[in-house]
Amino acid sequence: MSQAKVPTWVNIALIPILNILLAFLVSGLVILAIGENPIEAAGYLIYGALGYNEGIGYTLYYATNLIFTGLAVSVAFKGGLFNIGGEGQAYIGGLGVGLICLSLDHTMPFYVIAPLAVIGAAVFGAAWAYIPAYLQARRGSHIVITTIMFNFIASSLMVYLIVNWLKEDGRMAPNSRTFEESAWLPYLHELFSPLGIDIGDSPLNLAFIWALLCCVFVWGLIWHTRWGYQLRTLGTNPTAARYAGIDTAKVTIWAMLISGGLAGFVGLNEIMGVNHNLLLNFTAGYGFAGIAVALMGRNHPIGIIIAAILFGALYQGGAELNFEVPTITRDIVVVIQGLVILFSGALEHMFKDRIEGFFIRRAVA
Amino acid sequence: MFETLILMLDATMRVSTPLIFAALAGLYSERAGIVDIGLEGKILGSAFAAAAGAAVFGSAWIGLCFGILASVSLAMIHGFACITHRGDHIVSGVAINTIVAGLTVTLSMHWFGMGGQTPALSGDARFLDITFPFADALQDVPVIGAIYSNLLSGHNILVYLAFAMVPVTYWVVYKTRFGLRLRAVGENPHAVDTAGISVSFIRYRALIICGILCGLAGAYLSTAHNAGFLKDMSAGKGYMALAALIFGKWRPVPVLLACLLFGFLDAVAVRMQGVEIPGIGQVPVQAIEVLPYVLTVLLLAGFIGKAIGPKAIGRPYVKERA
Repeated sequence: MSQAKVPTWVNIALIPILNILLAFLVSGLVILAIGENPIEAAGYLIYGALGYNEGIGYTLYYATNLIFTGLAVSVAFKGGLFNIGGEGQAYIGGLGVGLICLSLDHTMPFYVIAPLAVIGAAVFGAAWAYIPAYLQARRGSHIVITTIMFNFIASSLMVYLIVNWLKEDGRMAPNSRTFEESAWLPYLHELFSPLGIDIGDSPLNLAFIWALLCCVFVWGLIWHTRWGYQLRTLGTNPTAARYAGIDTAKVTIWAMLISGGLAGFVGLNEIMGVNHNLLLNFTAGYGFAGIAVALMGRNHPIGIIIAAILFGALYQGGAELNFEVPTITRDIVVVIQGLVILFSGALEHMFKDRIEGFFIRRAVA
Repeated sequence: MFETLILMLDATMRVSTPLIFAALAGLYSERAGIVDIGLEGKILGSAFAAAAGAAVFGSAWIGLCFGILASVSLAMIHGFACITHRGDHIVSGVAINTIVAGLTVTLSMHWFGMGGQTPALSGDARFLDITFPFADALQDVPVIGAIYSNLLSGHNILVYLAFAMVPVTYWVVYKTRFGLRLRAVGENPHAVDTAGISVSFIRYRALIICGILCGLAGAYLSTAHNAGFLKDMSAGKGYMALAALIFGKWRPVPVLLACLLFGFLDAVAVRMQGVEIPGIGQVPVQAIEVLPYVLTVLLLAGFIGKAIGPKAIGRPYVKERA
């Protein structure tokens, strides 16, 4: 069936909204099944996420991580690659940030450390994506499997490095020493308060602005460069791409490098922005959540920002919900996330074909 | 030295059991052309359902039924997405893993209110170890006594079932009509369709078997190996089973060997904690822990043999219409 006859709003608005409503409906049934009122729960959730300045700050702080991982997944998706290793790439990206901060925070000022940390996050994240990318492009091993394996390898590597090398002397806690303030990303509420604007105390920091810049970068890269055209061609039809003389192996490797680098930026937000030390498991599933964000955002930066804020709101609202209704933990948000992946990813054809068919018939009639 | 080896092999059997179940589950699914990233989720779902069932009804067998039911339902969702609606197999698997990770904790908080755990199981609510006849009497016989009484005897029934499933799987996949069709839909579904056999039906049946085996793996974790459900207790076993499946090149016996190798590495890692090896020093536990994943990557890269999966794997089958 031809796409041209289906109105654009159906594809970019109606179908995603339908999918998310379905996911919410099923989650509502789960909440009903455990004997709570879903409407009331939704009320707490929305208030917790968006009802006051501090809540909004937290929502955007979570959204920052999700924008990075969502962009990471979508850049790979555009080239027909499924990068399921965002979790590991983010973890190693955080290592890059941590090493820069730990080695320079005594001697260098912020404006030297910050750009180096950005480079560190990108290089380390990209390096972790490079091996699976190389193996996919040159040796034909499946990228999904290798990136999964690399998640586990990253996890073990980080435990080893932190426990044996980076841990603070004489402490039991598995994390590095706290950085000097010269290696802290400023909080947005600190930047706004001299202007007389109070946005509430939250971990929201400069990394959020960087995330928005990354969205612009990805948009320009994919839709307005020659390389982006090659990437999209590869994703739509690899045979045509090869026939057109595109070096598909090279495009594959670069797509994964960019994807890994973007995932690595989670480290900026978590390590440099909030925790101010290098610790275990700071990625907390953001790499996987990025898959849901990319699917819901239809692999477009604007869509990803909207989806990331929605999921950020769920993360923050979920914490608030747990506070008000102790029987509902934040794990319900994980369920919603999974349902979104199911409905807007795995079951995308369930409605799409019928709805598109309906609009095409109407257009023809 | 011999005794240490027996102890480590004994641990290997226990650790390998869920891997064997799950890897064979993946074998049925992937041989039929369905990629199954969702092994992890099915194991976790079954572990929770089995522990919850066993806790409420006081019987490990009833728990097992619940575990299998949960796991097969998840496999059917996977089938509905991948077979009926031609969805992406990997996306569907990720969805299942994510849903289960959240849902198990949510439900156990509601039912048991113990911070996401189920009550500790004891007595009939667990699969207990079986002692072979004469195991005590033969205990003191050199070599044979140690192997018979300490290594082979004294496991629970699911351990033996896991090992028994390997020849059964071999027989089903290579010696039955169903097995032939199963392999055919994974290699060339058009040929199967041309022969007038439903590709979808075969794939659904493969997923049901996959669900049952994952159910056994999960029930083993929560009602045999441990005494109750813990949050995220599958801890990557599904992914490791997937690695074993690839490492064993989608064949039952090599898959068993891969599971045993990975299980043995796990036993070694536990054993090596803080042990100094002369000349090398302390080997970090993490270095042994990552070996299964590193080996699988090396294999996939073609550095040690070549892993070639079923040809039609991951591709939805679209029947041609006039």
